[in-house]
Amino acid sequence: MKTGPVGIRVSGLHKTFRVPEHRIHTLKERALHPFRGNKFEEFEILKGIDFEVLQGEFFGIVGRNGSGKSTLLKCLAGIYRVDGGTIEVAGRLSPFIELGVGFNPDLTARDNILINAVMMGLTPRQARDRLDEIVSFAELERFVDQKLKNYSSGMQVRLAFSVMVQSDPDVLLIDEVLAVGDAAFQQKCVDVFYRLRAEGKTIILVTHEMSLVERFCHRALKLSGGHITHIGDPAEIGRAYMTENFSSYSSEEREGSRAPEVRIVNAWVTDSNGAKADAIPFGQWFGMTVVLEVLQPISQPGISLWLTSEDGVRVFSAGAREDGEALSDMEPGEVVEFSVAVRNPLSAGRYFVGCGVTRGTAGLEILLFQNRATDVVSYGVNLHGLVSVDMSPALTRTRPDRETVS
Amino acid sequence: MTTAQLELRQIKGPSALGGGWRRFINLTWLVASSDFKLTYFGSVLGYLWSFVQPLLFFGVLYLVFGVVLAKAFVKVSDFPVLLLMNIVLFNFFQGATGTAVASVLVRENLVRKMHFPRLVIPLAVVTTAAMQLMLNLVVVLLFMLIYGIQPRVTWLLLPVIALAFFVFSCGVAMLLSSLYVRYRDVAPIWGVISQALFYASPVFITIESIQVHGQTVTRAYMCNPLAAMLQQARHWMIGNSPGTPAIMGGYAWALIPAVIGIGICVLGFYVFNREAPRIAEEL
Repeated sequence: MKTGPVGIRVSGLHKTFRVPEHRIHTLKERALHPFRGNKFEEFEILKGIDFEVLQGEFFGIVGRNGSGKSTLLKCLAGIYRVDGGTIEVAGRLSPFIELGVGFNPDLTARDNILINAVMMGLTPRQARDRLDEIVSFAELERFVDQKLKNYSSGMQVRLAFSVMVQSDPDVLLIDEVLAVGDAAFQQKCVDVFYRLRAEGKTIILVTHEMSLVERFCHRALKLSGGHITHIGDPAEIGRAYMTENFSSYSSEEREGSRAPEVRIVNAWVTDSNGAKADAIPFGQWFGMTVVLEVLQPISQPGISLWLTSEDGVRVFSAGAREDGEALSDMEPGEVVEFSVAVRNPLSAGRYFVGCGVTRGTAGLEILLFQNRATDVVSYGVNLHGLVSVDMSPALTRTRPDRETVS
Repeated sequence: MTTAQLELRQIKGPSALGGGWRRFINLTWLVASSDFKLTYFGSVLGYLWSFVQPLLFFGVLYLVFGVVLAKAFVKVSDFPVLLLMNIVLFNFFQGATGTAVASVLVRENLVRKMHFPRLVIPLAVVTTAAMQLMLNLVVVLLFMLIYGIQPRVTWLLLPVIALAFFVFSCGVAMLLSSLYVRYRDVAPIWGVISQALFYASPVFITIESIQVHGQTVTRAYMCNPLAAMLQQARHWMIGNSPGTPAIMGGYAWALIPAVIGIGICVLGFYVFNREAPRIAEEL
């Protein structure tokens, strides 16, 4: 664990939003009902947050929607006034709640850069001095005197990110910036993160992207319902976050067909120790199990389990065999358990375990088709692809022959 | 490592002025000047158009009150240039405050997503209007020369008049823009009030037409800070009428509109400053 001077210290932070039951919008109403509107409904969003971030630390904040992480960020950024507790920050802090705030589409990129940089805390002179760097980092040299409304959204994002990076704050607050921009830009952001990390900047990253947290963050915290539920190791946080996300979905009704012949009694996922689990680390063995109850006789039955990604792409499927043979006919009252063990090749994310039952061999009749019998979350590695496969990349480089040149 | 020297500072949350004076002034200037550029350099005739409007207004008022209804009012020498100057000054006040009312809401983005000193927003609106006022006053001076007014030493005091109008407009702008966040009918109400102020100030009704009603009425009339400033401007620039203290009957009397004006500015700042920390949540 790192030690050193503290970059951000938050102690006992409380934030409550008071929403009036009857909102008075006009002076007329105020004059007509001078005493109305004193009742408020209170929403306590942050219920006592304490944490410290060391200088030079890359710190992640995760949490589901409504957990209070955006409110926390806005308190840190000085946008909301806190109701209790203190926030202390070492040095100049630049918040990036959203890229391109304060851009004026009718002004040229040059003017926008100057204004934005001053908003970030530079003096106008510093802003002018850094203009060229900002423009070249954003790769927009040719368009610097164009009005911003003629920029594509991607160009605007590049410009905004560039201003942010070049404004050189001591502490950066970044909220979901990477959700925008094309792959090349995202790569650039990642490069910048590495650089800032190496330069020893204090960075707070609020994101849903667990792979980013695990990749960059020295430490992280997870918020839930206005409390810090976990703080510490990013991998641990990532797992906790995935599990929390999972559990709220598992109660949802599963889609699927109702079959008179067979029904799914239960479906679950087990980890490498055989215990039921919702989240599986990359590379470890896990099992998918379905239990079926046969209601009517099924001749020449077939059972299969498969896994689909959240985008609906089927990753793989497995058919049931009995001693290497096709299954024998099934009778009513029979209970069938089918499980598949897999070594987790999946990129981080949520996957659905599907199950199907068929009848017949030649003219296959689908009796039961349930695409989401249960869910499984994979964590640990973002593969930039769906699965990892056995592979051996090879690289050959042919350099120009120097001797023939001279 | 240089970062080790950084001291922990407490974040105080949003405020009217937050982030230091330099940043505050820089931001106000940048926002105001870029708005000014947008308004007047966007089209070829940019600035010209902005002067055509008060000029046309001047034409209408002059025709009505200087020619058609001339007999209803006390005759004043050099009425056309006086009227033009009054219109330009009052237009500045009305335009600046009218735009400022909704300004904080219009720039909602800055308030909700950045640590942005809130006071910059209404002040930048007034500053943009003040830039136009400067240009307009130059045109007014040209008109005065063409009309045949003799240049006088007190012309050098024109910046004092402009500054007084600027400060007073800022005060009203602060008050209105912070109230507007809570009460949306401030905009139409202010529309009516500023129209009423137009008639309650010596823009086209000159002080001579008020004085016929006696000293008490005149004093009450001059308590309006706009009336006091316009009258003083007339005294210094055109010189065909005494200054505000003389009209009211002494410097002590002239303190009343001054105190009212400053009072409005202080109230405006107080209200804005009190509302500022919560603006992001109220929007």
